[in-house]
Amino acid sequence: MTQTSAVALSIRQLVKAYVRGKLVLNGITLDIAPDGITAIIGPSGTGKSTLIRCINRLVEPTSGEIIFEGRNLVTLGRGELRAARRQIGMVFQEYNLVERLSVMENVLSGRLGYVPPFKAWLRRFPQTDINEAYALLDTVGLAAQAHARADALSGGQRQRVGIARALMQSPKLLLADEPTSSLDPKTSVEIMTLMRDLSRQRGIPAIVNIHNVALAQRFATRIVGLSGGAVVFDGVPGALTDAHLKQIYGGESWLDGDSG
Amino acid sequence: MATAADRSFPPRLGWPARLAWLAFAIYFAYALSHLQVTPARVMAGLEFGYKFLVKLFPPDFQRWELLLKGLKESLEIAVLASVLGLLISLPVSLLAARNLMPAWVTWPARFLMVVCRSFHPVIIAILFVKAVGFGALAGILALTVASLGFLGKLFTEAIEEISLKQVEAVRATGAPFMSVIAYGVVPQVFSRFIGFASYELDSNLRNSTMVGIVGAGGIGGTLFAAFQRFDYDFVCAIILSIIALIIAGEILTNAVKKVFRA
Repeated sequence: MTQTSAVALSIRQLVKAYVRGKLVLNGITLDIAPDGITAIIGPSGTGKSTLIRCINRLVEPTSGEIIFEGRNLVTLGRGELRAARRQIGMVFQEYNLVERLSVMENVLSGRLGYVPPFKAWLRRFPQTDINEAYALLDTVGLAAQAHARADALSGGQRQRVGIARALMQSPKLLLADEPTSSLDPKTSVEIMTLMRDLSRQRGIPAIVNIHNVALAQRFATRIVGLSGGAVVFDGVPGALTDAHLKQIYGGESWLDGDSG
Repeated sequence: MATAADRSFPPRLGWPARLAWLAFAIYFAYALSHLQVTPARVMAGLEFGYKFLVKLFPPDFQRWELLLKGLKESLEIAVLASVLGLLISLPVSLLAARNLMPAWVTWPARFLMVVCRSFHPVIIAILFVKAVGFGALAGILALTVASLGFLGKLFTEAIEEISLKQVEAVRATGAPFMSVIAYGVVPQVFSRFIGFASYELDSNLRNSTMVGIVGAGGIGGTLFAAFQRFDYDFVCAIILSIIALIIAGEILTNAVKKVFRA
């Protein structure tokens, strides 16, 4: 497989089985372009979350290859894996902020892969990191809350901190696992707008799990439909039809719009 | 259909419960008679106790220098043992946490803590007096071991209750292990650790007044010697001082908690 500069991440025949013989991911092959948002849609339990967690190996893949920055992430040792992880930012469904740390500490924890542990214990981050953290808080509109504890924030604010933490890593790839599922519709749009704008400005490709099809179509540059652990649709948002949705989610009554 | 009898309240005791109560009453009576606790014996004991109380008062503070020296030593033993026990139990409890470590690491750590918790501090103190000789060192070591046993267990349980989502997020940044601990684990358990540690200091203060009885330093030795010489007025002075020390310790640990929770 030749590595072209037009691919930021290349997934080859990725298989994951939590229980032997029960495949959650059934040979996924995907190339992610170096810009834009790839939305992964599909029913619950179809392996969207597993797929995204296999990329930074919060979940260990069973077999297959994930090529990132010219290296196969699947076979990396512990030290190399940490070096790769710091280039991959991640945003979580339930924000996963460290609740009892301040907003600033949470944002700066994005630098933990770069800062030696003893300095991290003493909270002695380089001044450039501190400046960058404040700049990011300005960008997400939370500079005033820099020293508030994370558990004092609302859901939307927490997710903004989550995005700032991920970007603090200076990542070359952004992963987001259902970033809007715990938020109300208005905040969801705001968070997706923020992710799209920042990913554009900084030229960071993003892979976003999302179960809201309308949001996916509105913000993504590419949609990948997953069903039964396999890719059943891959194309631009405009190409996604009701027939595809029926194939991805099964059934059709929910498409009529009278389901409440 | 419920008959009138079924609908009585409260429900009547079943025969297994009645049998259990009866068995307990029989055992209680048996134990009393076996140990020859008769009314006559109780009356004799009360008379004895009255004479003892009379001898206790008034307390005699003339040998206050000896008293102060003993109290100072007890306090030092308690503080040193608490700090040492705390420092050792931090890494051990981390190793024993089943949500962070594999089984082959947690088992030895858990075994160590169980062994430390198996014996009363006085028994451990006797062992250390034999091992390192009379004096405060034996007391410090004994209470350190006891602290490790209890703090280790409490810390481990606190660590096992943390949210792994927060830990996962820190791991995802590529942070090395010690940084994951500092940012993902410690913030979640810190305030509980402070509470446990101050509780342990309180309990060590109490125990440090006792290990002296077996020769491991502190006010306990003075107390025991006074008892043996029938210096009951001095005994009374020592007991009152110990109460004062424990109250002072209570005030101190509450202050520590307040400072760290603010």
